[in-house]
Amino acid sequence: MKIAVTVNGERYERDVEPRTLLAYFLREDLGLTGTHVGCDSSSCGCCVVAMDGDRAVKSCTMFAVQADGHEITTVEGLEQGGKLHPLQQAFWDQHGLQCGYCTPGMLMTSYVLLKHQPAPNEAEIREAIAGNLCRCTGYQNIVKAIQQASTELAAEPAAAAVGS
Amino acid sequence: MNSFTFTRARTIADALRSARGDVKFLAGGTTLVDLMKLDVERPAGIIDLNALPLAEVRRTPDGGLHIGALARNSDVAHHPDVVRDYPLLSQALLSGASVQLRNMASTGGNLLQRTRCVYFRDAAMACNKRSPGSGCAAIGGFNRNLAILGTSAHCIATNPSDQNVALTALEATVHVTGSNGERSVPIGDFYLLPGQTPERETILEPGDLVTSVTLPPPAPGAGSTYVKLRDRASFEFALASAAVVVTIKGGVMQRARVAMGGIATKPWRNLDVEAALEGQPATRERFADAAQILLSDAKPQSRNGFKVELAKRCLVHALSVATAVT
Repeated sequence: MKIAVTVNGERYERDVEPRTLLAYFLREDLGLTGTHVGCDSSSCGCCVVAMDGDRAVKSCTMFAVQADGHEITTVEGLEQGGKLHPLQQAFWDQHGLQCGYCTPGMLMTSYVLLKHQPAPNEAEIREAIAGNLCRCTGYQNIVKAIQQASTELAAEPAAAAVGS
Repeated sequence: MNSFTFTRARTIADALRSARGDVKFLAGGTTLVDLMKLDVERPAGIIDLNALPLAEVRRTPDGGLHIGALARNSDVAHHPDVVRDYPLLSQALLSGASVQLRNMASTGGNLLQRTRCVYFRDAAMACNKRSPGSGCAAIGGFNRNLAILGTSAHCIATNPSDQNVALTALEATVHVTGSNGERSVPIGDFYLLPGQTPERETILEPGDLVTSVTLPPPAPGAGSTYVKLRDRASFEFALASAAVVVTIKGGVMQRARVAMGGIATKPWRNLDVEAALEGQPATRERFADAAQILLSDAKPQSRNGFKVELAKRCLVHALSVATAVT
């Protein structure tokens, strides 16, 4: 089945099997391996991407054909012109990761969170990342990283814009 | 995953026409795609509904609310009319799943959400719901999270939805269209008990399509809440939950609507519970009396006896919150 999906501002037209999941389409058809597959059962959140800029979704639980005509932002779309997105920089600064496996999903969930709620409190941050599991950090530094990015983006909102 | 044909419905008529044979409708996919990966669902064809104009949330002429079947759980939960007039529906939706799943999951799909019974979800196990006649491995098995009300000798699976508990307390109506035309079904009549046919969960016939849910006008002056008890504070299904809507006048409960989740094979409403509250003073003693009635028919399984007391406390707490009784 022919689909056209815009990923990180670039339009891709591909012929896919209907059963191809979006996560595998991104990783295997487009070579964008930043999106991870963890549990493959919509529990862990490693596979989270942003749909149409403002909706975090689990790409392992939707078919690529469901993304036809939509815009997807993956973790590769965050960095702009060689400069890390404030969220990426904040995860680095605050040690918001150890093994890094959950990080793409954490970043994309946080990215959408800060679009909807530019200044979330700690409880709101924890609720927002409830669908993203991290086995390393105990979440403390992830929360700190999101708080740092929230502060920086408030000072420089243009840095939030990614993709097309 | 099995391969399947994929058809995009452009109109409702188109969807109904395509709904022949071994096919499934696809809305958000958060239940269906998951079950297809587990080989629990193996449809030969998928009919994608997402191009249909069924996502609208709007007031009805009588002051109630129309919620399109494709309205996403997150959009309904944050809709200003829902937050203001039906806050327990918003609370119930936000207590379910995680933000990413609520962004995809639809109102109609949540109505038809399948059980989380581990034996249903494992194609190697006996399950009368998945494979009629194969038996029930949950009876005597790992049944800690399963039902104590509405069970049969063939199935003890819990309806896992939060949304549907709130919709039951709100006395929603489910609107369905199918080859025999349109019909409207009170949510209290929508779900079936498992009995001897646990594979049949609702009154829907093959090819029927849920198009919307409507809510009656909000009860004036009512207090309401949704209380959900679970093993962890987020991203978990209910062990017991209660949706209550209570109107009080002069300290006396004039009108009470009570629905329970997490403890029964369908969203559970018992009119005797409501009758035991109405006309009574809003006190913890009267709440406890109602809870006693609610659980009087409970049939605990080998590992979920704790749910009897848990459900009682859940209901008493919900009524206390809704009526501001401490």
